[in-house]
Amino acid sequence: MADAKKKVTVATCSLAGCFGCHMSLLDIDERLIALLELVEFDRSPINDIKEISPSVDVGLIEGGVCNAENVHVLRQFRASCRVLVAVGECAATGGVPAMRNHYTLKECLQEAYVRGIGVAGAEIPSDPELPLLLDKVQPLHHVVKVDYTLPGCPPSADVFWMFLTDLIAGRDPVLPPSLIRYD
Amino acid sequence: MPDSKKTFQLDDREVPFREGQTIFDAAMAAGIFIPHLCHNPDFEPHSSCRLCTVIVNGRPFASCTQPAVAGQMVQSNTPELRDMRRMLTQMLFVEGNHNCPGCIKSGHCRLQATAYELGIPDNHYQQFFPLREVDASHPGIILDRDRCILCGLCVRISRSVDKKNVFAMTGRGIDTTIVVDSPSGLLVDSTVSVDDQAVLNCPVGALMLKRMAFDVPFGDRTYDQALYSEDSVARFQATEANRHG
Ligand code: SF4
Ligand code: SF4
Repeated sequence: MADAKKKVTVATCSLAGCFGCHMSLLDIDERLIALLELVEFDRSPINDIKEISPSVDVGLIEGGVCNAENVHVLRQFRASCRVLVAVGECAATGGVPAMRNHYTLKECLQEAYVRGIGVAGAEIPSDPELPLLLDKVQPLHHVVKVDYTLPGCPPSADVFWMFLTDLIAGRDPVLPPSLIRYD
Repeated sequence: MPDSKKTFQLDDREVPFREGQTIFDAAMAAGIFIPHLCHNPDFEPHSSCRLCTVIVNGRPFASCTQPAVAGQMVQSNTPELRDMRRMLTQMLFVEGNHNCPGCIKSGHCRLQATAYELGIPDNHYQQFFPLREVDASHPGIILDRDRCILCGLCVRISRSVDKKNVFAMTGRGIDTTIVVDSPSGLLVDSTVSVDDQAVLNCPVGALMLKRMAFDVPFGDRTYDQALYSEDSVARFQATEANRHG
């Protein structure tokens, strides 16, 4: 239909995250149906599309940046998305993965693959297909400009709902204190 | 003129005060919340975090130490002061290691609750990821310097209330840190004990009792239930009522 309103395109991905934020997005339950009237998902684990389109309205990124591939995907999202959103504490602060920043990368790898409990055939993985780990885990805003942050571990379903419906309606999304939680 | 008639102007309200009362105390007694972190109204003020800064007759002062004077014009809840308080709070977050999802103080923490109340969604600034020491040597108490905001409350309370001088600050600027008075520098060799007010009044998750982590489930905690402002004003007024009958 020529006069049908064009749907807002949304891409999502998880970098150094646990997919908990994505689960919380799905937690909007039956409101998903209303949301799907308004948005069309681009690259996302929800539809398994692997590559982001060159021009997307909103990018939701869960997780911080812990390896070279994360940096690549994050830059692609920034280049493609009109509005880029850091979703959850890991994207906003590095979160739990950034607790490794207390140690050197070598110490972390040795603990996991050499000294770890029950490790057999101890060897630090070095397959060239594996993305190289960064020295320190970084929040998104250390690498690219981030337009909005949805706080929470994970942000509640209501946070996603309020943010997306505000944005789609053309309002500047500002979360009330009752929806701001870091845990 | 009886004391009760003395007032000053705070934003759009007339606030009564007693002679010698600070702007902060008079405001809280009148039910007006001024954000604060290094100050705990139960103890002597310190005016170091500057979160409670107000504009008095055009100039900035820390309200927790500034005496109220009749006829003063005081501004507190202005967009500029709220912005400044947001910046100060965000700077406290980035200069430590605050991982709220993994912190057992979450929900009871005044730094976190202050940030909620100020509507802060993120840290904004670059994080320092400093390397700081955790002291878990004591059987009942943990000192996690990652979460210390250097409010100095433990230092002040240990000195003047517990009469022990267990804590002190050392270093300068960004290298400032809390140290423990004991031969090894560890809590286990100090005179600290689990009922020390210094330990029980840390506003964040830096000084904590062990084995209390999940006494109250997440979601049911102090600031999951109430805003910091409501909780803080109520506590202040209850203490005031006790003190002055
Ligand atoms: S001390 Fe407070 S702000 Fe810091 S991590 Fe713990 S809950 Fe969060
Ligand atoms: S340990 Fe707690 S009370 Fe002591 S200075 Fe740090 S934040 Fe303040």
